[in-house]
Amino acid sequence: MTTLFGVFLLTLLVITALAVVRARHLVVAVMLLGIFSLLLAVNFVLLDAADVALTEAAVGAGISTVLFLGALALMSEREHYGSSRPWLSLVVVVSAVLVVVYATFDQPRLGDPEAPVLNHVGPWYLEKTPEYVDIPNVVTAVLGSYRGYDTLGEVFVVFTAGIGVLFLLSAGPGAQNNGRRRAVAEKKIGLRDERLLHVIGQLVIPFVLLFGLYVQFHGEYGPGGGFQAGALIAAGFILYALIEGEQRALEALPQGGLNFLMVGGALLYGVVGLAGILLGSNFLAYSVLAQDPVFGQKLGIILIEAGVGMTVCGVLLRIFHAFACRERIR
Amino acid sequence: MNFLGLYNYWVFAVLLMIGFYAVVAKTNLVKKLMGLSLFQAAVFLLYITMGKISGGTAPIIQKGLEDAVFSNPLPQVLILTAIVVGISTTALGLGIIVRINEEYGSIDERDVQESDRR
Amino acid sequence: MSSIDAHLPVLQVVVPLLVAPLVTILRPSGLAWAATTATSFMALMIAVGLTAGALEGDIQRYEVGAWAAPYGIELAVDSFGALLLLILTGASTFALLAGKASLDQQIESGRQPLFFSAWLLVLAGLAGILVSADAFNIFVFMEISSLASYVLIAGGPDRRALPAVFKYLMMGTIGATFYLIGIGLIYMMTGTLNLADIQVRLVDVAGLRPVVVAIGFITVGLGLKAAVFPLHVWLPNAYNFAPHAATVLLAACAAKVSLYVLLTFDFVVLQPVLPEHDPHFGAFLMPLAVLGILAASAVALFEPNLKRLLAFSSVAQIGYILLGASMVSLPGVTASLMHMFNHALAKGALFLAVMCLATRLPSLELDDLAGAAKRMPWTMAAFVVGGLSLIGIPGTAGFTSKWYLISASLEVGGAGGWLLIGVIVTGSLMAVVYIWRVVEAAWFRVPLAEPTEVREAPALMLSVTWLAAAANVYFGLSPWLQTTLASNGARMLLGEAP
Repeated sequence: MTTLFGVFLLTLLVITALAVVRARHLVVAVMLLGIFSLLLAVNFVLLDAADVALTEAAVGAGISTVLFLGALALMSEREHYGSSRPWLSLVVVVSAVLVVVYATFDQPRLGDPEAPVLNHVGPWYLEKTPEYVDIPNVVTAVLGSYRGYDTLGEVFVVFTAGIGVLFLLSAGPGAQNNGRRRAVAEKKIGLRDERLLHVIGQLVIPFVLLFGLYVQFHGEYGPGGGFQAGALIAAGFILYALIEGEQRALEALPQGGLNFLMVGGALLYGVVGLAGILLGSNFLAYSVLAQDPVFGQKLGIILIEAGVGMTVCGVLLRIFHAFACRERIR
Repeated sequence: MNFLGLYNYWVFAVLLMIGFYAVVAKTNLVKKLMGLSLFQAAVFLLYITMGKISGGTAPIIQKGLEDAVFSNPLPQVLILTAIVVGISTTALGLGIIVRINEEYGSIDERDVQESDRR
Repeated sequence: MSSIDAHLPVLQVVVPLLVAPLVTILRPSGLAWAATTATSFMALMIAVGLTAGALEGDIQRYEVGAWAAPYGIELAVDSFGALLLLILTGASTFALLAGKASLDQQIESGRQPLFFSAWLLVLAGLAGILVSADAFNIFVFMEISSLASYVLIAGGPDRRALPAVFKYLMMGTIGATFYLIGIGLIYMMTGTLNLADIQVRLVDVAGLRPVVVAIGFITVGLGLKAAVFPLHVWLPNAYNFAPHAATVLLAACAAKVSLYVLLTFDFVVLQPVLPEHDPHFGAFLMPLAVLGILAASAVALFEPNLKRLLAFSSVAQIGYILLGASMVSLPGVTASLMHMFNHALAKGALFLAVMCLATRLPSLELDDLAGAAKRMPWTMAAFVVGGLSLIGIPGTAGFTSKWYLISASLEVGGAGGWLLIGVIVTGSLMAVVYIWRVVEAAWFRVPLAEPTEVREAPALMLSVTWLAAAANVYFGLSPWLQTTLASNGARMLLGEAP
């Protein structure tokens, strides 16, 4: 039954993807892309990947949609030309894909317990985590500790995107000085006059933020962690900005605070890593952070997850405001 | 059942194709970026599929579930990272498109090339 | 407390990585520049420390988080990695030291802290790739370095930088995603991500289709990122429109780091396992290398813009590097690695000279270079030294690797070997012509307006440029360092004991 549901969902996924490519109105395409992400997230749940599903839903359907819409508000929303040389492209693309399909026939089947993936490094994590790290969510243990260096890199990828967007948008005719930006922000009063949305917003936003904090600190026990929490909290503030207007959102959490989150989170992660070296072990070795190595691991994971959450939240909001506070140039 | 076990991988291949097509053939820059998102999302499916084990459950060890079969956590961790990379690329791409639109007054590759040729 | 030496592999990455966020809040912009330059210099010192270790012949390993491989992420620095770390950190330090005035000219001071932060992220990202021994970790740092280098290029003042960087972003992301698919398929068949562990476990599944397809994806993906002909189309405009200082950094090492990953994967991971891999690798890449040398040099012959001319020359030089590697022999691979070092020296000096020219000239079209030699004699002299090294004149660094390449081709033997020598010589002759075009414009073309007086580039910029030019001569006369590192690296790649 689950298999059949999976097949159904995957087929829907393909149809949605085709619709994204075919839609001529870009806002429609963005919405379809959001639906695509939600469907993908449901699929991940079926494939036992709860953490990934949560992230894909928050990022793909939430943040990504908002960013696309924020950018589209500054430009033409219609696609004016069709594809260029569609047949040639199709031939190239189809031949690449036939290669992939060719490869599949020697691949282990879905869920095959004999597959190499399920028999080498993966089970080791499942077996040893209770002993070394002792937190229930093995995904968080791998993310935070065994492969914590990747996650450090991930935080810096987000950070790079943040400074990249800020750098790009600090130039050009749309860039303004602080006073001008404030004026633009004040003009964007959002949907404050829509009573219904206003009331719903007041009800929903606190819960979104609360849920974000829960996801942040519950990541060791259930699905969640810094990244998901950062994205959720950012989504809460974005919702606030959409309903109450840019200016009020910036008053609630000003740019300086966002910069602090962005820089501070990345540094917090790095400092926890360096503490490992200073206390006589290796970079990002949490066991030496406390007398009891297992507690040290837990402490380390909590700290770096906080760093991840801070940077992600700061960067996403900073990027959102950078798009939202910009004037459309004709 | 045997072929159904490969269905996920075929969907991966088809999604890859759709995304790649949009990147190669579309001239609208936003559309290209969406294609890139689809292209990356396809890879998420590849990784998550290979970590699934029959009759398994999410890798969260709880009391009373000691002898449950868990799916592999590692591909999930990798894809968490890849999702983050994806949104970062999208954000940066959108920033570039906004600037292109300001400088050239269009977000279409052909218009941009035309206006630089002159 | 353990000795700091043991931590060098991770510090190589972490030092610039952690300074990057700090730089964003430094004001005024001069302070941000100073902090970035100091950090880059520190990274250079760390690279020197790692090179000293590599020269002793051992691979310096590091377990991040104190988790043993393959469960944790392992770092490993060998001679090949050390060679490229030297290029990377050296180029970054030179470019920053020389580039202050040029960057002030090209980027508003309010935006500079963000730019310098991105610069450090490029440095950290590329270093992260070079020290890593984990297939997925390489992907993560590849993305840091790519995103950050998009930012650097987008800093160029010309609006055409924007479409150029968008194209680079598209092709770069496709390349990285192809790589991700490739390691996904390999992970699927082996269950591990550690490079050494992949090699061990690949033996059982060597002939299976997913592995073959994975190799294809990895090769094409990294080929895209390394601008291997014909996947180079993103490179000329990206290098051309980037701020001049950023061009120095990117031209010296960005593509080479992707080549490093490609060669490591092909030689260390795949070759011992797949018996038919050698001939396939050679047969696939050698024609591309030859075509790349000839076609890109030919374009450079007719290119009217100085920076684009040098960018096309870079595509050709990537061809030489691949040519050596595709011979799959000890002399060939040695020549390939040496050429990475020597090309970085030559192109670094040339782009530094370009930066000097750009501070005084209205544009970098060859027509506008008329009379430049009279106004900026020292700059043009440094340019010529770099150009001679690029061509491969005896006494310069470029000569040593061309020499090794030719002797490696002789070893190939037969008509094929002579054909390869023919290609190398033709390519070098074309380099003579396109460098001559610049020299001719600068010395012999009559400028429209009579040159008023000598007006050289700022002193610091010029002296660093001359330092780079002098390095070309020094390493040409005494090529011990790059020869030792390259031959050790080549032995390691080919699986012989160093």
